[in-house]
Amino acid sequence: MSIDLLIAGGTVVDPKSGRCGPADVLIRGGRVEAVDVGITAPGVRELDASGLVVAPGFIDLHVHLREPGEEWKETIASGARAAAAGGFCAVCCMANTHPPIDDAARVAFVRERARAADGARVFPVGAVSKGLAGEELAELGGMFAAGAVAASDDGRPVMNAELMRCALEYAKMLGRPIISHAEDLNLAAGGAMNLGEYSTRLGLRGMPAAAEEAMVARDIMLAAMTGGHVHIAHASTAGTVAMVRDAKRRGIRVTAEATPHHLTLTDRLVWETSYDTDTKMNPPLRTPADVAALREGLRDGTIDCIATDHAPHHRDDKEKEYAYAAFGISGLETAVPLVFTELVEPGEIDLLRAIAALTVGPAAVVGLELGGIVVGGVADITLIDPELELEVRPQDFVSLGKNTPFSGRRLRGWPVMTIVNGRVAFDRAAGSTGLDRAGGAGSGRLAGAAGR
Amino acid sequence: MSLAYKDLLGLEGMPAQDIQLVLDTTDSMREILGRKMKKVPTLRGRTVVTLFYEASTRTRTSFELAAKYLSADTVSITAATSSVQKGETLKDTARTLEVMGADAIIMRHPASGAPHFLARCVSGSVLNGGDGTHEHPSQGLLDMYTMRRHKGRLAGLKVGIVGDIYHSRVARSNMYGLVTMGAEVRVAGPATLLPPGLDRLGVRVCTRLEDAVAGVDVVMALRLQLERQQRGLFPTTREYAELFGINRQRMALAAPDALLMHPGPMNRGVEVTSDVADGPQSVIEEQVTNGVAVRMALLYLLLGGGDAE
Repeated sequence: MSIDLLIAGGTVVDPKSGRCGPADVLIRGGRVEAVDVGITAPGVRELDASGLVVAPGFIDLHVHLREPGEEWKETIASGARAAAAGGFCAVCCMANTHPPIDDAARVAFVRERARAADGARVFPVGAVSKGLAGEELAELGGMFAAGAVAASDDGRPVMNAELMRCALEYAKMLGRPIISHAEDLNLAAGGAMNLGEYSTRLGLRGMPAAAEEAMVARDIMLAAMTGGHVHIAHASTAGTVAMVRDAKRRGIRVTAEATPHHLTLTDRLVWETSYDTDTKMNPPLRTPADVAALREGLRDGTIDCIATDHAPHHRDDKEKEYAYAAFGISGLETAVPLVFTELVEPGEIDLLRAIAALTVGPAAVVGLELGGIVVGGVADITLIDPELELEVRPQDFVSLGKNTPFSGRRLRGWPVMTIVNGRVAFDRAAGSTGLDRAGGAGSGRLAGAAGR
Repeated sequence: MSLAYKDLLGLEGMPAQDIQLVLDTTDSMREILGRKMKKVPTLRGRTVVTLFYEASTRTRTSFELAAKYLSADTVSITAATSSVQKGETLKDTARTLEVMGADAIIMRHPASGAPHFLARCVSGSVLNGGDGTHEHPSQGLLDMYTMRRHKGRLAGLKVGIVGDIYHSRVARSNMYGLVTMGAEVRVAGPATLLPPGLDRLGVRVCTRLEDAVAGVDVVMALRLQLERQQRGLFPTTREYAELFGINRQRMALAAPDALLMHPGPMNRGVEVTSDVADGPQSVIEEQVTNGVAVRMALLYLLLGGGDAE
């Protein structure tokens, strides 16, 4: 249920309109009615946003919601609520469920579940190949018509170059991107972490940077050949950044994302934590030079967006020998404060650019008309408190996945409210999810300001 | 005298004085092994479990004998006979052994880091009996003990390690321990079996075998696992023997009184030819004898032998 609301006294940071300064935002009927200084709206609830950053709703292009098939790890509902709690108004969920999202009916199933969830918007990504088997194209036309925004076999690469070429050509016809999980399975086979000094120290099979880069190179060539749009998921190496930068210069339709963990951690952490399986992800944590290159890519626009690759797992999948543990981290609820604390506060990335990488950047990749605070546009808004400092407590995650290497870290810049389509989907002051409580007589930030 | 921590997971980061303590204690244990009556009551009433997820002859037998000579009760579990076959996780196995009262668990496991995980699950001591391609600390210690016994020192000693460095836990433990003790370590092997970043461990990486053994005090040949060849990491064992096998001519490049070592079991004619393996410079059999003494020292120092009556 959408509410009418005046967000007053905050600092609007909207890369889409270029507005960056004090302004009020008036929301009515689920839409943005006005953005200006000193708006008065008699009878409308007022939210005191002084000291807060008022940003367009964040968009995460890369999450795994595990439903159908692994509902003990995450469900569409828990994932959508976790997204809202992390400041995201929209997420794109990958197709590698059991069974995979490889036809229109399954796309419709995800959309149906998401509608009932009352969290962030969920846009499915359909599979490139039937059954994610990497052999025959799935019905991309049917899936896009049913609401899929892109196609990807993510979790696995499309190893067959001819299939990837066909996918790019076909998706181009339909005006949609193919998201590439760039990993040469032969080069990476059996690897548990980045190949380098620390894999040598720990005696773990290493995944070389070249396993990613060889596939990025291939996919850029195929994008050049077909004119299709390839989006590189979870870019993790300096080589990938260099190739994407060069390809963009040459006018090839390539975009790329990087995760908060690849932007902030290195493979040394696996060694420092003595095989803590929460440091195991694919692609693996890389070297300081790779982190620096990703940050430079984010600054200069080579990296279009920050995406979490939210990969929730049950404790049982992580409490194992390192080589046998599952890949991935639960990323939705730490992404925003990580970006703020590790990138914005130290001056690595300016706030406007960071917010662009969470809004207009991802929206452009998959062609969503979201990601701005535009008069007449839908009211998807994320409020951040730059001063709020909290410890990462996985046990308090809304996500069912508690697997994070950031446990115990003190971070600043947490989302305090997430408004989706004019509805309060998350209100930190009201508890994990505001929902109806905030809309009614709750105890949150909104409730306290009500009636003024 | 004891070690101030509960587990022995690896030699990386183990302080020089602790390695020294283990080697010195090994001297006393060797003395006990020389007696007709080998049993001492030091660990009476303590329970030592060997938990082996991989085949082993010498490490397991050696640990078991070491525990028995110190009067500990020993139980041995192999993956084939345990509930591991029924799908039990390592964590559950660990908790089961813990509540049954195991004071120490000696584990061999195919996954690197498995003992580190085990050590977080139990309050008793964990001794790494070899984890994947990571470390084999008791082997590293017995190798260093053998070197020190013959050469009188480790500092400044020149050691050439030859073979499959990539997959060798013996190599890693020796590299970590020897570098800590001030030895000069060189490694050589087929380029596909040399992992990246070895120089960061403080060793010199040679692509030619001759450079690794020239003038050294110790030549250590590593066991070559056949499955590496099947995975295409090198062409044939014949070519390996030709390029990296230790034979009489190559041994002659080392110092005249150089030792030849091998952690066993040997592929004769591949890593090392029989004439040098059985020759006067070989201390391969003595390595096994010293293995029992080193493991007695480790159990004594970790299980706090000092507070036994």
